[in-house]
Formats: sequence, structure tokens, C-alpha cells
Amino acid sequence: MADTRQETPPGDLHWYDLPDDEAHEDTAGPEAQDDTAGPETHDDTAGPETREDTAGPQTQRAARAVSWGRAARRAAVNSAAILLLLAAWEVLPRLGVLDRVFVPPLSESLVAGYDLLISGQLPEHLQASLARSLAGFGLAIVLAIPLGLLIGWYRPVADFLTPLLELFRNTSAVALLPVFTLILGIGETTKITFVLYACSWPILLNTISGVKTVEPLLIKSARSMGLGPVRLFQKVILPAAVPTIFTGVRLAGAYSILVLLFAEMVGAKAGLGYLILDTQSSFRIPDMYAGIITISVLGLLFNLLLVAVERRFSTWRTT
Amino acid sequence: MSRIGIRNVTKTFPVRDAGEPFTALSGVDLDVREGEFLTLVGPSGCGKSTLLDLVAGLTPPTAGEIVIDGAPVTGPGLDRGIVFQQYALFPWRTAQANVEFGLEAKAAPRKERARRAREHLALVGLTGFEDRYPHELSGGMRQRVAIARSLAFDPDVLLMDEPFAALDAQTRESLQEELLRVWQHTGKTVIFITHGIDEAVYLGERVAVMTSRPGRIKEVVEIAFDSREGDLRADPVFGEYRHHVWKLLRDEVAAAQVQEREVAISHG
Repeated sequence: MADTRQETPPGDLHWYDLPDDEAHEDTAGPEAQDDTAGPETHDDTAGPETREDTAGPQTQRAARAVSWGRAARRAAVNSAAILLLLAAWEVLPRLGVLDRVFVPPLSESLVAGYDLLISGQLPEHLQASLARSLAGFGLAIVLAIPLGLLIGWYRPVADFLTPLLELFRNTSAVALLPVFTLILGIGETTKITFVLYACSWPILLNTISGVKTVEPLLIKSARSMGLGPVRLFQKVILPAAVPTIFTGVRLAGAYSILVLLFAEMVGAKAGLGYLILDTQSSFRIPDMYAGIITISVLGLLFNLLLVAVERRFSTWRTT
Repeated sequence: MSRIGIRNVTKTFPVRDAGEPFTALSGVDLDVREGEFLTLVGPSGCGKSTLLDLVAGLTPPTAGEIVIDGAPVTGPGLDRGIVFQQYALFPWRTAQANVEFGLEAKAAPRKERARRAREHLALVGLTGFEDRYPHELSGGMRQRVAIARSLAFDPDVLLMDEPFAALDAQTRESLQEELLRVWQHTGKTVIFITHGIDEAVYLGERVAVMTSRPGRIKEVVEIAFDSREGDLRADPVFGEYRHHVWKLLRDEVAAAQVQEREVAISHG
């Protein structure tokens, strides 16, 4: 077990590994859902409270100020490359280094984006895309997690299905889009199924591996206390697998937006993929970039959200 | 009166790609008295841990039988608690929730669980650490939590598989002392596996010495001190017992090393 590798002295609380106070309150919802590990495990006291008893208010404030300074410096370093890119995007077209027709300055694209926002076009497309992504993503969670638990838990099922899973996992969703279209038409069902397919793999495979790689000693220990298979699964396998499952969910979240865009470019009358392709073909280049910026920001925010949720569920893994 | 009877127990494991099964234990006979602290020493690979698994009911013997209070062991149960070398704490549970685990298995009411868990954490000196997660505790504290967890559901027998082997010498010594205190306080029957001769002699009322593989009981040494007060390890009697156990073990360790070399050669 990891326990032996790192002997943490008492009092060394790894507070930097724990979510900050704000995140703490925000995520009270999803945390409460995890009733499998028992409500006691989430006493919240491992969070900010434990900090208080190890440091006086003075040192604590000082530590916080230091960490703020450090955070600011880190933020500056982290965003430097992005700021450079944005500046180049603005300046290079104006200097004539890039063709203004194909790459208009950033500000023009932002203005175009603002106009799209005001006119209601952007929200409409955004809504269409989000609805499809979330539907496919949500269905993938609902279907792939139970399936993965089943496959991971029953070794014969796993042995039987693994070659098939390997085959499908390596079959790009994009390659199957024509098949989906053939069978399901070009409506919403196809796009949602497409997202569902693409999102299922990371969730399914991570869930299987999460269940299969539970520390055998924990299972032995629980068995020695007389736990039967059902309670063993509920009290040991499932909570132990939660962090791995969430890694899959986070990956699937990123996929849900990436692949949807492709589907919307092939056959759709709404959605950000459609917007980007349509504006390009009608030569509304700043609008096209506005669509691209929207999709990047959306993807980024979605990922940040999922990372935060993942951290909430894996605090105990932060050794 | 004997609490645990190990009667002519043999355990073999099937070996993949080999006709001969692997014999871990062969004809082990051992009686453990009620409330006794018995330590078990033997060369590495002699089947000490296998024997413990058998007593725990995690795996059945190939031949022979194990009886507890006259009834044969048929599976794991809350009448026996195990403490592992690697603690085996559930990392997503706080110390308190870890100690409650066995009580949940026993279906104790929630308030009762919380109370008993707090009591047992206090017994091992961890009051104030109830809400810490295992990764926020030192190795010694983790093992205390594991001991508290095994005591909390009130088993008659405590099975300990080299519980202090992963700890530094100082922590080990203080935990040994505390374990003796807890044992005297609770009156449990303890089977304690170790590869440390000092530890075996210091803790055990009797020391069972095992042979090299296939493991049998070579000799059971009665350890009797006039008094357990003071620095027991400095007592000349301690040195005599220590030397006696050391002599018993020496030949077995040598035999085990020869075995290991043979295995390595045949696999190489």
C-alpha cells in the first residue's frame, strides 16, 4: 500500500492538497451523494478546520498572504503563453504579417462574437450544442459506470468482453458516424448517440480498472471481518474505485465537446459546429473565430469544473 | 483450557505449470490457551502468514482442522480480528470511520458505533485524531488505528501478522509496550507473528518456533519472568530465552536459505 512509502508526520496536513474554503462549500452537493462510503467519512473536518488547530491565526494569515503572492506569480507564469498568443493574434494581422481576410485581428472577432451574443444567435447555437453534449455525456455516465462495475467485478465477464472492448475502443467514433447516420438518420438521436459512444469508453475502461485494481489487502481485511460479496462491493470496491471512475468521467467530459463539434459539422442546422462551418462557407470569418473561441472557452470551463469535482472525490488519494 | 486448536494442519497450493503442488504447511499442531499471548517465529517463507490466514478462516486447510472453542473454523468471523503489517486501513475513511468499519459489519447501532470507536481510539492513545484520514497519520498512528479497529468489534482472538515490522525501532518499542497493556486490559487471546526474536520473547508468554518450509512447529518455548516490570530486555533471563530461540531458529533459517537458492536456480 501507499501507506508505507510515505510516512507523513502528524500535523503535516497537506492543506495545499485540500480544496479551499469556497470550493468546500460549493461542492457540498455532490459530496453528499456519495453515501456508499458512509456519511461519517465526509465529516469535513479534514478541510479547513484541521488547519486551525495546527497554526495560530497570525501565522495562518501570513501563510495565506504568502500563498496568495505565490498564486499570483503562478497565475502570471501560467497565462504568459496565452497572453502572448492573443497579442500576436491582434498585432500580426494589423502589421500585415498575416492576411487580415483569413485571420482578422482578435478584437474584430471579439466584436463579432459580442454581436452574435446580442443578436441571440450564439446563445441559440451554444444551447443546442450543450444540450447534445450533456445528454450524451449524461447517458454515458448512467450506462458505462454500472456496466464497468459489472465487468470489473465478474472476472469471467471481463475475460469474455475484453477483446471486444479493445476492438471498439480502437475504432474511432468518427469512423462510425456514417453508420449511426445510416441507422438513426440525421436528427438529434444520431448526435447524442455519437457523443454517448465516444464518452462511454473512457468511463467504462476506467471503471473496470478502478474495480480491478482495488488493493487486495483491503479486500482481505474486509473479508476477515465477515463481509459478504454484496457489502464488500458496496463498502470497499466502490469507494476505492471512485477516484479512478472520476478520472474517466473527466476525460469523457472533454470528449463530449470535441466529438460533438464534428457531428455538427457533418449534418446539423444548429450548434457551434454548424456555426463555425456555416460562417466559414459564407465568409463571415470574424464570426467563425468567435465560434471557435466560444468552443475553447466552453471546453476549458467544463474541464475545470470536472477537475474540481474529481478532486473533491479523491482527497484521500492525495499522498 | 485451550481456545484455539490447530490439529495436524496441512496446506498446499496448486502451482501453475507444475505437477507438484506447493506445500506451505505440513502437519502443524498447536494449542493456544484462552487469554494467552502466543508469538510465532520462523524463517521467512515458512508459512507463518498462511497459518494465520487459516485461523482467520480466509482459506480452508487442505488437511487437518482448526477448532475455536471446540467448533471447527469454517470461514472468517468477527470472533477473530486481524492486524496486518501494512495496516490495511481504508484510505477514504477517517480514523473514526475506519474503527467503525467492523462495527458496521456487526450491524451495531450508529450511536453505539461512534461511542465504541471513540473509546477504542482513546485506548490506543489517539483521542483528538478521530477525524484524520490515514494519509494524515504517521505509520505508528496508522497501526494504532488498525489495532483499535480490530479491538472495537470485540473479537475473542486477535491475530497479528508482523504488525510492527514496518515501523522504526522507537515506535515499535512503544507500540509493543502499549499492546501488552491493551492485552492485559482486555484479556484477548493473541497470536502474534514476528520474525524478530527479541520481539517474540518480549511479548510472548510462549514462543512457537516453526521449521523451514514446509512449516511445522519445531518447539514451543515457555517464557516465564519473575516480574515484567522494568527493562525486561536487560534481564539476563531474557538473554537466555533469546539465545534459546535463536539456536532453534538458526538451523531453520539456514535450511530456508538453501531452499531459496534451489528455487532461484530451478527458475533461472
